[in-house]
Amino acid sequence: MTRTLDPANRTAPASVGLVWRIIPPGLYGGRASTLVERSALVNRRGWFVLVGGAFEPILFLWSLGLGFGQFVASVAGPDGQPVSYAAFVAPALLAASAMNGAVYDATFNVFFKFKYAKLYDAMLATPMGPLDIAMGEIAWALLRGGLYSAGFLAVMLGMGLIASPWALLALPAALLVAFAFGAVGMAATTFMRSWQDFDLVQLAVLPMFLFSTTFFPLSVYPGWLQAVVTWTPLYHAIELMRGLTLGVVGWGMLGHVVYFAVLAAVGTVVAARRLGSLLLD
Amino acid sequence: MFVNVGGVENLVEAKALTKHFGTFEAVRGIDVEVRRGEAFGFLGPNGAGKSSTMRMVACVSGRTGGELKVLGMDPDRDGPKIRARIGVVPQLDNLDLELTVRQNLQIYGRYFGMSRQRCREKAVELLEFAQLADRADHEVEPLSGGMKRRLTIARSLVNDPELLLLDEPTTGLDPQARHLLWDRLFRLKQDGVTLIITTHYMDEAEQLCDRLVVMDGGRIAAEGSPSELINRYSTREVLELRFQPGAEKPDLERFAERVEVLPDRLLLYTQDGEHTLAKVHEHGVQPIQSLVRRSSLEDVFLRLTGRTLVD
Amino acid sequence: MQTLRASWFGFEKHWLWYRRNWRATAVSSFLSPLLFLVALGLGFGSQVQSTALIGGVPYLQYLAPALVVITAVQGATFESTYAIMSSFLWQKTYIGMVATPITPAQVVYGQVMWIGSQLFVRSVVFVVIAVALGAAGGPGIGLAVLFATLAGLAFSCPLIAYSATLDKPDSFNTVFRFVLMPMTLFTGAFFPVSQLPNWLLPLVWLTPAWHGIELARGATFGTLGLLPALGHTAYLVAMIAVGLFFSVRFFHRRLAV
Ligand SMILES: Nc1ncnc2c1ncn2[C@@H]1O[C@H](COP(=O)(O)OP(=O)(O)O)[C@@H](O)[C@H]1O
Ligand SMILES: [Mg+2]
Repeated sequence: MTRTLDPANRTAPASVGLVWRIIPPGLYGGRASTLVERSALVNRRGWFVLVGGAFEPILFLWSLGLGFGQFVASVAGPDGQPVSYAAFVAPALLAASAMNGAVYDATFNVFFKFKYAKLYDAMLATPMGPLDIAMGEIAWALLRGGLYSAGFLAVMLGMGLIASPWALLALPAALLVAFAFGAVGMAATTFMRSWQDFDLVQLAVLPMFLFSTTFFPLSVYPGWLQAVVTWTPLYHAIELMRGLTLGVVGWGMLGHVVYFAVLAAVGTVVAARRLGSLLLD
Repeated sequence: MFVNVGGVENLVEAKALTKHFGTFEAVRGIDVEVRRGEAFGFLGPNGAGKSSTMRMVACVSGRTGGELKVLGMDPDRDGPKIRARIGVVPQLDNLDLELTVRQNLQIYGRYFGMSRQRCREKAVELLEFAQLADRADHEVEPLSGGMKRRLTIARSLVNDPELLLLDEPTTGLDPQARHLLWDRLFRLKQDGVTLIITTHYMDEAEQLCDRLVVMDGGRIAAEGSPSELINRYSTREVLELRFQPGAEKPDLERFAERVEVLPDRLLLYTQDGEHTLAKVHEHGVQPIQSLVRRSSLEDVFLRLTGRTLVD
Repeated sequence: MQTLRASWFGFEKHWLWYRRNWRATAVSSFLSPLLFLVALGLGFGSQVQSTALIGGVPYLQYLAPALVVITAVQGATFESTYAIMSSFLWQKTYIGMVATPITPAQVVYGQVMWIGSQLFVRSVVFVVIAVALGAAGGPGIGLAVLFATLAGLAFSCPLIAYSATLDKPDSFNTVFRFVLMPMTLFTGAFFPVSQLPNWLLPLVWLTPAWHGIELARGATFGTLGLLPALGHTAYLVAMIAVGLFFSVRFFHRRLAV
């Protein structure tokens, strides 16, 4: 989108000018919430699918207690103290499901609406702008993700896998993680040409899910691999969740929070600008 | 000149407007003025640049060069403000297939920031207008082409637009569905809505438009009311003569003001078709079929570009 | 003979498509099962402190034959849902095929042949990699290829019949979530079914995955008796037969003009 600003009219101070350069006028109409309203309307009949989404993580948790936990009595937790295997993996699954849900919503669903349903074309003929679309889609994904995460935490509590009141913060943390993954996923989607490219999404998400210390501690890896693993976003998410549900909390965790806040902001702006330049060519 | 936003008489004003896609020039410098209350047409074949122009006016596509004011505002700066006051019917329906007919209208109203109550009322009113009341709570997908088109038009009216943009509103519809749509568009015009219509059907342009431009290859070839254009670029009547395929077509220049040679027939432009036909017969020319008709915009287009509108 | 040849044409059509789109399937069919084997077998396996539950064999070796079966069943699920619906509705491949002398029944057989051969090839590749990783508990793991293909088809055929009755893909999500997912986790691939509550066992016995895993693991570790082997195999073959029967009927109903 090449929106040229008439220099004579740019009376805004320099700081506002910068914001305008990142978020040009016309990008945002302030109506992102109506997109959430639409999603709610569409899913009103599909509440079954919505609720069903909570089913999967619960199965996972259950299989942890019944099966996997029987092989491994305890694992070293974040502070080196041994914790039960279920208590070790459960927060990691919470992080992973926040990632999976957000990525799914932001890639498959958005690609479909964008490419085939032409839904966004219709929206952009109204006062809404690309940023409304990006924020609206992400907000809906978060609402849904939040619902699942809350259910997941409740089940964890019921199974005695929560060791600290800090776990209350795991819900907003899960939302932040989902926000970041959703925004980056959506930005990536705007670069995709066909369904074939979604293998690349799988290729990014699956190894992260399996190897970012979800099922076993970092110490399993040789030194150089450890460094690689600690760079992945899911590792940061898992560290955050594990610390909160196990009550091992420190100032260092704010680093993870900042990491995801930056991802979320950059992802949203890139997604909105890319959507704009694709739809408003 | 554009300060008084509410009172502008030219709802659209374009000067030397251009649109490039990469190195391709889709719109090559057009000047257009659309006055309040009129029905304005862009007549031209596929690829003329009609949709590209409409998308710029609808503020969903930035211009490459030239000047453009819509409702007295600059689309680059005031896109959302302009879009709030216009209605858009795109060339291809982009209805929300996950919602019912009624919900399509209601949610669209919400995109404009209307209250839920107002959206509900408006939806009822528009369902009536589009003659879709009995389908209100049906899915969109199974509707016929004409119904979908009417729904798209109804949707574009949800914000009571001052200016309605219709990109090929009846392309692909059967004659009955077209007439029904034309009837609805007449009503809108009577209600004072300014219409901009693109079409490659000359009958549609003649029926609906007070004024139009003939567009070809990204440029405007002529401008005026349908009758003005016909008077200026054509004769009163046309004699069409059809010959055996492959047979050599006789030279009949001297019997008409102008002759167009098409692959399958000859068109003789003349003030009195019957008289010309008699003279042609006298001369010993025996076409297998002949037809006298009034001149149309099709003939204007042929005169201006040397090509037919629909190929 | 006629049927075989006609079905073969259907098969060829699929192969042509695959040659153009192999990259798409390579990730889901080869890479992801391999990643699962490494992450769970080696990674999680390294944390295992007690193998009493699984008869003292290394966890990696315990997991490998079962994972071949689970992968085949999962692959079969995707090939028998969206792919079928797409051929009916979106790409209309089937409509085009029955416009030729090919009958609906032959369309079904061609489709099933295609799925079976894909499952077979994927299983072979998986087993070769597993052997290279030292995940083979015995030479019998080679037989896991056959049993995995059989189990995959046993799930595929009834699912094809079901897919042939649908006009919308909405209920596939339900199949994935409420059938495939529990079947993956709770049919003995990752931990013995003896850990499950008793009331759940009859449900487990109904799944093709459990029968396939019993066969594949039994063959790998040489613990498979002749009678159980025949029983499991008979059950899977019966599922295939019943599935085929209904698939042919539903294809007929849908494609007959
Ligand atoms: N997004 C685009 N990218 C590249 N070329 C385009 C694009 N949109 C339209 N064109 C080209 O611009 C020309 C004019 O198209 P269009 O405005 O759609 O014409 P019309 O609506 O009169 O049929 C066509 O040759 C078309 O191929
Ligand atoms: Mg067009």
